Amino acid sequence: MKSGGAGAVYAALSAAGWLKAAGADAQSPERWNKDAFESHALADARKALGAEAAQSGEIAFVQTPEIAENGAVVPIGVTSSIPGTDSIAILIEKNPNPLAAVFDIPAGTEAAITTRVKMAQTSNVYALARAGGRYYVATKEIKVTLGGCGG
Amino acid sequence: MGDPMKIRAAIVGDETEVKVLMSHEMETGQRKNAKGQVIPAWFIQNVTVVWKDKTVLSAQWGTAVSKNPFLSFRFKGGAKGDKVIVTWVDNRGDRRTDEALIA
Repeated sequence: MKSGGAGAVYAALSAAGWLKAAGADAQSPERWNKDAFESHALADARKALGAEAAQSGEIAFVQTPEIAENGAVVPIGVTSSIPGTDSIAILIEKNPNPLAAVFDIPAGTEAAITTRVKMAQTSNVYALARAGGRYYVATKEIKVTLGGCGG
Repeated sequence: MGDPMKIRAAIVGDETEVKVLMSHEMETGQRKNAKGQVIPAWFIQNVTVVWKDKTVLSAQWGTAVSKNPFLSFRFKGGAKGDKVIVTWVDNRGDRRTDEALIA
């Protein structure tokens, strides 16, 4: 995918938005992985997360539908049974920006989260778990009958 | 500031289950208004949940998290009456903090 070129155009078009985002970063101690969240292709988002290589493992979707009638509100649950899981990410391949969320899991917190996301169309959804510096992946196709990102 | 969050924290076995419903537009930046102008992205970027001065969950979100975001998870420990504090910060630098007692 030629996301590099698309990314440059996007950057030029939305410079105001980028400046605003930088301002928000400056006043909050939290970090936000701008490169990963603003990637337009799954591979770029994974690269920005450092998760280009991922193996299958004990990570699974739970309470996640096969078919979402409303793409604006798709429940997603991810559970990792991999010891030492310290991060879980959710990516939706065919969204304009694939990376939806990254959760940092401190020791003492279950590596299991549930949230709701928007899906533009039927797509593969990826759950990535990081444990011991390695990434593990689970994939699930969710069919969307009514998209959630349209105008 | 935004509207208050709804936070429920309850003991389940030896863990505390936290459920949070936030009030936020989570505008994607992909939509256009009636005049064809892009509606700027406006979304929560960071969420932190704190119990007893310990961060029990932190998250980074993109525009794909649904409007009025929902989040649930569990952490070990927690006693009835302990405070669970949730804070979000959006891409405009707006923030909101709410708390609930573990039931």
